Amino acid sequence: MASKHLQHIDPYTPQFGTMIPLGFQKWLRTCVIYQLFRFVMINLKMTVLILKSHH
Amino acid sequence: MARLVVMGGGVAGHTAATFAKKMLGSAHEVVVVTPNSNWNWIPSNIWVGVGGMSKEEVIFPLAPVYKKAGIDYRQAKAVAIHPEGKEGSDTPYIMIEYTDQTKPGQTEELTYDYLINATGPKLNFAATPGLGDANGLGEHTVSVCTADHAEHAAAELQKCIEKMKRGEKQTFLIGTGHGMCTCQGAAFEYIFNVEHTLKEAGVRDMAQIIFITNESFLGDFGMGGIHFNMGGFAMSSKVFAESLYAERGMDWILGAHVNKVEAGKVTYESLDGTMDEQTFDFAMLIPPFAGVGFKAFAKDGSDITATLFAPNGFMKVDANYNAGAYENWKPSDWPRTLQNPTYKNIFAAGIAFAPPHLISKPMSSPNGTPINPTPPRTGMPSAMMGKAVTMSIVDMIKGAPEPTHTACMAEMGAACVASAGKGLFNGTAAAMTVYPIVPDFETYPGTGRNLNGTTGELGLAAHWVKHILHFVFIWKAKLRPGWTLIPE
Repeated sequence: MASKHLQHIDPYTPQFGTMIPLGFQKWLRTCVIYQLFRFVMINLKMTVLILKSHH
Repeated sequence: MARLVVMGGGVAGHTAATFAKKMLGSAHEVVVVTPNSNWNWIPSNIWVGVGGMSKEEVIFPLAPVYKKAGIDYRQAKAVAIHPEGKEGSDTPYIMIEYTDQTKPGQTEELTYDYLINATGPKLNFAATPGLGDANGLGEHTVSVCTADHAEHAAAELQKCIEKMKRGEKQTFLIGTGHGMCTCQGAAFEYIFNVEHTLKEAGVRDMAQIIFITNESFLGDFGMGGIHFNMGGFAMSSKVFAESLYAERGMDWILGAHVNKVEAGKVTYESLDGTMDEQTFDFAMLIPPFAGVGFKAFAKDGSDITATLFAPNGFMKVDANYNAGAYENWKPSDWPRTLQNPTYKNIFAAGIAFAPPHLISKPMSSPNGTPINPTPPRTGMPSAMMGKAVTMSIVDMIKGAPEPTHTACMAEMGAACVASAGKGLFNGTAAAMTVYPIVPDFETYPGTGRNLNGTTGELGLAAHWVKHILHFVFIWKAKLRPGWTLIPE
């Protein structure tokens, strides 16, 4: 199953030396329920960052 | 009554002018000088450049907004600063040249009590032969730096899609068009949006997509790279970025100084000193930035441009410009108040201020050609600088002896949402937060940044954030109800 996510990678190319996401990770990226949760988390992180940055 | 003149109506200038007017009311005068008639939400130009948005969705006319706010708007370009006034008058002024169609070319002296330089960059297409003409609409390449450029890019992209549908393979080359470019993020966003668009059009298998960059590693972003707290690891943005390119089957060329662009071909020098070529059918190459090229004159008419501006045309502020070699760099080199050290009533914000040095480690080829990204200072940092400078000036108008607010890139964070494809349910973007922007290796050994404040993730949620920000920031820029509550 994992091979379909890797079939475009050739050995010893620059792409060969990094992480390649597999099916579950890719599914999570557009899973609406999970992404709604991430949406809240991203907004919280950015709010904290903004509050820390104003002087 | 004091007069504040703001040169530039982009993110930093518009933020500065609108907050200044809000804080000063009718007791003082705020003037904006900008050659543009429209405000442009530049981050969405990426979507215009692939046909995902129209030009009209990312721009709006400035004149009605400034009229409503009570801001004196001059559609003109500033050409010279006279910070000591002229013979017979101590009042400082700038010389402006109107671009307004009703009085094009007409010049005027505009006096000021306080001056903010927020002009943004000059898109220096001329730095690389063949990269573009004065308008950036090159013969051989496209750009997404302005809404007009992006509209042109979308039209050229569509032509390539039509060719691929007819069975003709195409090579796409996207990245930086010079060894001293900044704004790799825009090229990063554009290449992923092009890939997404080709996939949507059903022609992805007909395209070879190549990223060419002056970064020594993917994910440098002009900030020397970032480490994210991810899955129990302090993971480098190098791995994060490489993973994204590898996943989508895109190639990359690193450490490249593009020194010539011809029809269907770029020539570039690499960090190892070799010269190479890359052919293309479609190329979007970001130009390097320079200062807009002001002149400055003393009271006696002598040229004092070098007093106000660094050789690259950006304005000198309260930075340490004598930090020397990379090993000596410190966060304290970075400006805090953004006040000019010679003329205390002049400030710079956004891209217009001269950074003390790079953030990434300086690199050059054996031939002596510098090939390194220059510091990014667009978006959120620009707006924060614009507001901080304005708040200082407002306090100084009310009697404060010196600036009261700071916006130091070594003390602030940045949030960046980089689109990787547009779509309500199939879009993705990389949401990144970085704290601080300039790494502080004394406070945060190893990575230079606070891992609790430096994060990155790719997903649909980040795309939603980016799309919502499009509407929220245009709402804010139009000064619609509640605009002051929207943070920079």
